[in-house]
Amino acid sequence: MAIEVRIPTILRTYTDGAKAVDAQGGSLSALIDDLEANHPGLKERLVENGDLRRFVNVYINDEDVRFIGGLEAELSDGDQVVVLPAVAGG
Amino acid sequence: MLTIDQATYDAIVAHAKRDHPDEACGVVAGPEGSDRPERFIEMVNAAGSPTFYEFDSGDLLRLYREMDDNDEEPVVVYHSHTATEAYPSRTDIGLASEPHAHYVLVSTREHGNNEGPVEFRSYRIVDGEVTEEEVTVVDQLPAPTPMTESSV
Repeated sequence: MAIEVRIPTILRTYTDGAKAVDAQGGSLSALIDDLEANHPGLKERLVENGDLRRFVNVYINDEDVRFIGGLEAELSDGDQVVVLPAVAGG
Repeated sequence: MLTIDQATYDAIVAHAKRDHPDEACGVVAGPEGSDRPERFIEMVNAAGSPTFYEFDSGDLLRLYREMDDNDEEPVVVYHSHTATEAYPSRTDIGLASEPHAHYVLVSTREHGNNEGPVEFRSYRIVDGEVTEEEVTVVDQLPAPTPMTESSV
């Protein structure tokens, strides 16, 4: 089961410069663990204290995962995941 | 150094003045690797705040998809400060996530919504380190370097 994950510029140091990588998992949480296994360090940039980081946006098929269960959001084969850091500041 | 054309510069300043006292924000996209800020895109400050800005998450995804489809990147990421100087705040530095972008800060603290000069400054923010850079405003961006056969 392969799910395409789009990686933002700032995190491509973890993917040898790749803009997208394949990963697997039945939930976002499982997918992130799978990403971490192949690209160590990535998980810490996405997750903090067991939750998605406040200023990291993750989308499954264009839906912000915050509205569809966060880390528990379900995934199936062929889904597309996009990771985008928030553009924000003070 | 940031080289920006007068019309885009004016559009950023006008947006900042219009949204004062809330912070205004947006992007100027350009072809990947070109360092040319060509396409001005005003964004909504979803935080609607005088001390914070954030692109709406849906708008953010649409923006990045569009840039991706056009082989563009955010050459400039701009926002305004409405009560303080045009220098990146600690939050700005902590959240800066485009190492190739020029981060433009405009301060509207002097004249608010009214006519009058604003502070317009540009920075690189990489790994928490801020480097201010010169801003050159030109009538029009110089013609793009033509692709030679060897570079295609």
